[in-house]
Amino acid sequence: MAATRRPSRRLREDRILAAVLLAPALLIIAVVTIYPLLHSFWISLHAWNLMKPKEGNPFVGLDNYINTLTDPIFLDSLRVTIIFTIAAVVIEISLAMGIALILNRKFIGRGLVRMLALLPWAVPAVVNGIMWKWILNPSYGALNGLLYSLGLIDEYVIWLGSPELALAMVVVADLWKETPFIMLLLLAALQTIPKDLYEAATVDGANVVQSFFRITLPLIQPVLFVAIALRTIWALKSFDLIYTLTAGGPSNGTSVVGYYTYIKSFVSLQLGRGAAVAYIMTLFVLILVYIYYRVLYRKVEY
Amino acid sequence: MATLSTPSPLRHTPGRRWRKARSAIGGILFYALVGMLVFALLAPFVWMIISSISPPTELASKPIHWIPEHPTLDRYRALFFGARPGEIVPIAVSKFINAMKSSLIIATATTLVCIITGTAAAYALIRLPVPKKEGFLFGMLAAQMMPIIVIIIPLYLMMQRLVLNDTWQGMILLYSGFMLPTVIWIMYGYFQTLPEELEEAAMIDGCSRVGALLRVVLPISGPGLVAISAFAFLYTWNEFFMALIFTASRTKTIPVIVTEFSTQAGIDYGLMTTAGVIGSLPPLILAFLLQRYIVAGLTSGAVKG
Repeated sequence: MAATRRPSRRLREDRILAAVLLAPALLIIAVVTIYPLLHSFWISLHAWNLMKPKEGNPFVGLDNYINTLTDPIFLDSLRVTIIFTIAAVVIEISLAMGIALILNRKFIGRGLVRMLALLPWAVPAVVNGIMWKWILNPSYGALNGLLYSLGLIDEYVIWLGSPELALAMVVVADLWKETPFIMLLLLAALQTIPKDLYEAATVDGANVVQSFFRITLPLIQPVLFVAIALRTIWALKSFDLIYTLTAGGPSNGTSVVGYYTYIKSFVSLQLGRGAAVAYIMTLFVLILVYIYYRVLYRKVEY
Repeated sequence: MATLSTPSPLRHTPGRRWRKARSAIGGILFYALVGMLVFALLAPFVWMIISSISPPTELASKPIHWIPEHPTLDRYRALFFGARPGEIVPIAVSKFINAMKSSLIIATATTLVCIITGTAAAYALIRLPVPKKEGFLFGMLAAQMMPIIVIIIPLYLMMQRLVLNDTWQGMILLYSGFMLPTVIWIMYGYFQTLPEELEEAAMIDGCSRVGALLRVVLPISGPGLVAISAFAFLYTWNEFFMALIFTASRTKTIPVIVTEFSTQAGIDYGLMTTAGVIGSLPPLILAFLLQRYIVAGLTSGAVKG
């Protein structure tokens, strides 16, 4: 009898222990993310403008969503976000891949290079923003100074002066901060590939390009996918860099959806609208997370 | 025989020399590329350091002063010990030390909360019977990826109601909530690499499960714990958006202060870069010291899941 009861008692105890161990973390997460997430949806269904307190906050159904999706400024910020995300992700992933392939061998100073690659990742995003703002300063910036002394430009360029150029500069600042991190991820993946696979391929007459597409790419594909998914999600959420470097300008040329939401909620104080925009943005991100999770989970399974 | 074999090395000499030359060129090319990479990694940050020690006249000079002729630590002195009487500086200068303290307290406390509650939760998820475990893991990942902006308004209302706006406790609660999913996710990945047999052996020897966790699992979890501590501290120290919304005069953190170096005359770039350099030091030192654990954590947490 005792023998048949013992496992079930242990199971019961384990269940209680699991609940006790999970409770503090889940409680904090629930208070800080899950409850506000639901509340946010509720707010998004109401008109709530702190500038017009007399109007109260009546239920308006999906009006906030409809108004957002038909707002030309929102659509413009969506366009900016998509351009920024695609440009940043494509350039960062290809650059990181190239650098990782170059560094994937033993050489003097490898440890040092890998350590330095952590620098941009560790620097606060805000500091990255002000750093580039200073480098790109039209009168005293280092970029103008460098290009001028090399004779590449005849007069100083106002880097953040036009919407297109400013967006390109935001991508440049983002590249500096994010590429090394992706490079480290890819490099770690490359180092797990056994060297004899390449030797065998060379013996069989494969050239470098063939080895890359037949061996390297398939083997690091899961990590590459993770890198692309992570970068896409982060790029969609960009805020700190935009806030410090361009403040969405000039003429909204760098106003990504994250920045637009901030303005709607905390500058024009239209809380209902802000919540609706944020929900639309989250939907995009969640779809990506789901795809990302499916791929990850498939990999964990075996 | 000897005469017959002589032509062969002769014939091969040019090829070998060519190969040697080619590998030498390859080596030079390789190190040139590495040099360019290192330059790209360092140059912007080094320029920020140089700017922080250049006197104002050299900062505003044309053509540009690459190496400061009269380096000065005046701005560092101002940020740490306050401005000289009569000196006109942005208000942020007087708030800098307080922001340092605030960032340090919030980041340290958040890290502690995350380590304790996150490790407990990750252990429960990996070893104990938890219903709908897969749902939990997806929930953690979704929470980790969720744009903070979507919940910022309800959070603001909640913090106001709980009188937690501009308090250390409030910031620690918020940051813990956002960091915990990542911490649990990384720690879960780390626990996966530990053999379950160790705990089972301890439990057969009469150890309780909690005893096994404390005496067997935790002592060998060092690398995982170091990695999550580093992540939690770095994330909290660097976080800007929530700090911008929720902190005011009392708890303003370094990233917020760094953006506030403007006067009526415009932005004081010298002081701003100085604040940027000082504000980057704690995360940089941490990243360099714990390099090995961070890279391992990145790969196990972000890649393996």
